[in-house]
Amino acid sequence: MTNFKIPKEKIAGKVTEVVIGATSDQGGTRSHTITIGGSTALPFLFFEGDFPHPPVIAMEVFDKPPAKYPDVLLEYYRDVIGKPGEMAKKCVELYGAELISIRLEGTHPEKGNKSVEEAVEIVKQVLTSVEVPIIISGHSFFEKINEVMKKVCEVTAGENCLINYVENDNYKTIAAACIAYKHTLVAQTPIDVNLAKQLNILLIEMNFPEDKIVMDPLTGTLGYGLEYTYSIIERIRNDCLAGDKLLGFPMLINPGYESFKIKETRVSAQEYPQWGDPELRAAYWETATAMSLLAAGAELLILYHPRSVETVKQKIREMFASGNGE
Amino acid sequence: MVISGLDIFKLLPRTNCGDCGVPTCMAFAMKLAQKKAELRECPFASEEAKAILGAAAESPMQLAKIGEKSVFEAGNETVLFRHEKTFVHQTGIAIQLCSSEEEKELLKKIKEIEDYKIERVGEELYTDLFFLSHDTEDAQQFLKIIDLVKQNSKKGIILDCENQEVLSEAIQLLREDSPAVLLKKEITEADIEQAKVNGLCLIITAKNFDDLTLQAEKAKNAGVKNLFLNLDCDNLGRQLQNNTILRRAALKQNFKPFGFPLFSYIEAENKDDLLAKASFLLCKYCSLIVLPDYDKALLYSLFTLRQNIYTDPQKPIQVEAKVYPIGEPTPESPVFVTTNFSLTYFMVSGEIENSGISAHLLIVDVEGQSVLTAWAAGKFTGEKIAKFVKDIKLEEQIKTRKIIIPGFVAQISGDLEEALPGWEVIVGCQEASDIPSFIKNVELV
Repeated sequence: MTNFKIPKEKIAGKVTEVVIGATSDQGGTRSHTITIGGSTALPFLFFEGDFPHPPVIAMEVFDKPPAKYPDVLLEYYRDVIGKPGEMAKKCVELYGAELISIRLEGTHPEKGNKSVEEAVEIVKQVLTSVEVPIIISGHSFFEKINEVMKKVCEVTAGENCLINYVENDNYKTIAAACIAYKHTLVAQTPIDVNLAKQLNILLIEMNFPEDKIVMDPLTGTLGYGLEYTYSIIERIRNDCLAGDKLLGFPMLINPGYESFKIKETRVSAQEYPQWGDPELRAAYWETATAMSLLAAGAELLILYHPRSVETVKQKIREMFASGNGE
Repeated sequence: MVISGLDIFKLLPRTNCGDCGVPTCMAFAMKLAQKKAELRECPFASEEAKAILGAAAESPMQLAKIGEKSVFEAGNETVLFRHEKTFVHQTGIAIQLCSSEEEKELLKKIKEIEDYKIERVGEELYTDLFFLSHDTEDAQQFLKIIDLVKQNSKKGIILDCENQEVLSEAIQLLREDSPAVLLKKEITEADIEQAKVNGLCLIITAKNFDDLTLQAEKAKNAGVKNLFLNLDCDNLGRQLQNNTILRRAALKQNFKPFGFPLFSYIEAENKDDLLAKASFLLCKYCSLIVLPDYDKALLYSLFTLRQNIYTDPQKPIQVEAKVYPIGEPTPESPVFVTTNFSLTYFMVSGEIENSGISAHLLIVDVEGQSVLTAWAAGKFTGEKIAKFVKDIKLEEQIKTRKIIIPGFVAQISGDLEEALPGWEVIVGCQEASDIPSFIKNVELV
């Protein structure tokens, strides 16, 4: 009889631990902070590593109701979609969101052109409505978003928000504001390991604190590039554990934002009867995106559909209760 | 397992006779190491050489097969991560049917499942097998489902029946159909005999790694290699760990007892849970999963996930090169052009749709590359686009004479206008996400 010994990989690196939010004795107004990262092995492999912090789920509210917000989601948010503070409350209290992302896409000149002041008002509204750590999510109209983020960073100084995001072509202004007001930052790159490293290097070169960086490798949703995101995340995580410190940061993904732009979560059963019930389809599509990227290594997931949130949270809890193999 | 050229050389006759077509044994050994030659090309190879190199050439994970009219294959996997090379066989999806179910319902289900096919990027997606469970006292009911499936479907069958007599009868019914049998208890000599006589695929169930090792070795040593491994587990996290350990053992330690594809019957509290678990396990090493329940949305999501994850990363999926109507275009609608990389097609068509206009989307064949890659390779040029326009006789179908090209290839506009006299080239935006804004602000026709 051949004896079997469980094969354990040699690990030479780990994921940094990043704290989001700040309590009153830390200068903020959150009831608690959330820490992500810290893993010393591939996702959920408890037999060969430590996982001090489980992946977490955020939900997103909007400064302006998105023009194309689908009916399947309006079923849940119709009463609050125009009131980000109330929507945040609903997401936290009813649907279990562990963080709230405030998407300030309305400040984009072509999507509402909301002013910096308006954006600040909305952020304050949400901050007073919920006590969970906050993510501030922007867009890629550089001139405007830099203005918005600069002011938001200043106004929320002490809260240690997660500022989402900077990119290779636009990072200095927002990163500087994060340093000045002590926020955490998302470094977003277009599904490319080298570009991801490059952005991290640029940030570190301007003395950005290494324990305040979160990576966003850009999420392709199911059917629209998922496998690219999946493999990039796996490659980044493998490189990190092999010792590459420049890729050793926790990762954020956007199944919500990406899944609800596409046909598959929006069309009616009449248009595409073969695709099944629209409510189920919407939830399943986002859940499948989330679960697969969780398997790859994502630590912070921004989800939209309450059913996906519930399902994915439950699975994370279940897996963290699993202990070792066998 | 990789053997070096030098080690292979030590096993060869070392006479440099040249009969294999290569002047020296060393050169032949090198070719063998690179898999550019086969040992049988050497007429003087010893039995020892054949045995050692044969074992080394054996795949670290066996191939399993179920079914005859529609064959399902699994296994022969070579990597832990798809980005290392590619996964080989996509996860099989089996739908469970129970003998306790009412006959009319069963027939309806079987027909529904048999008919359920979705086309996505030129590929037809469907379920692979039926998992038939005997959960009543009446043997006839079990034999009845088998009959119903045989009459209405070509898909292979997995038999889940603990009553040995009924199982034997079922196997007889399917003696020409190469079914699989799920063993819920420890494998016996009788199971092995039955498998050999009837050409069955066996699914071995074990409680832990040692138990699994013993059972797999027993089967393998008796010559039964058409196997799936099923390590009993009620926690998704533990199952992931088990699956990882099993695949690592097969691929990295060359641990032969675990060199077989993995099976999982997915227990779930509800369909959201089922979809979540199935998605996770499909990504992480399950070669065959059984769904106790289903609906169209669930299958469509899983099919798409399976297609995504099991795509060969080196071979981008392509869509057919042609004119795609977005919305309800007229001969005066705008004309966009881009490449036939499936992702490009999805993103661009999606954004044009989102903007609410109707348009013609020209998709040019560049062997599935993205815009910049295709341009750099000389496949997405003014000349090539013009040729495509002529080949499909676009000018006879539409009146528009303005064509919108992707912003990243603005440099081809001069060449394209030259190659398409009478047409004006409009340079579009660079990112698909800017398309709605572009459409709002630019005159397209």
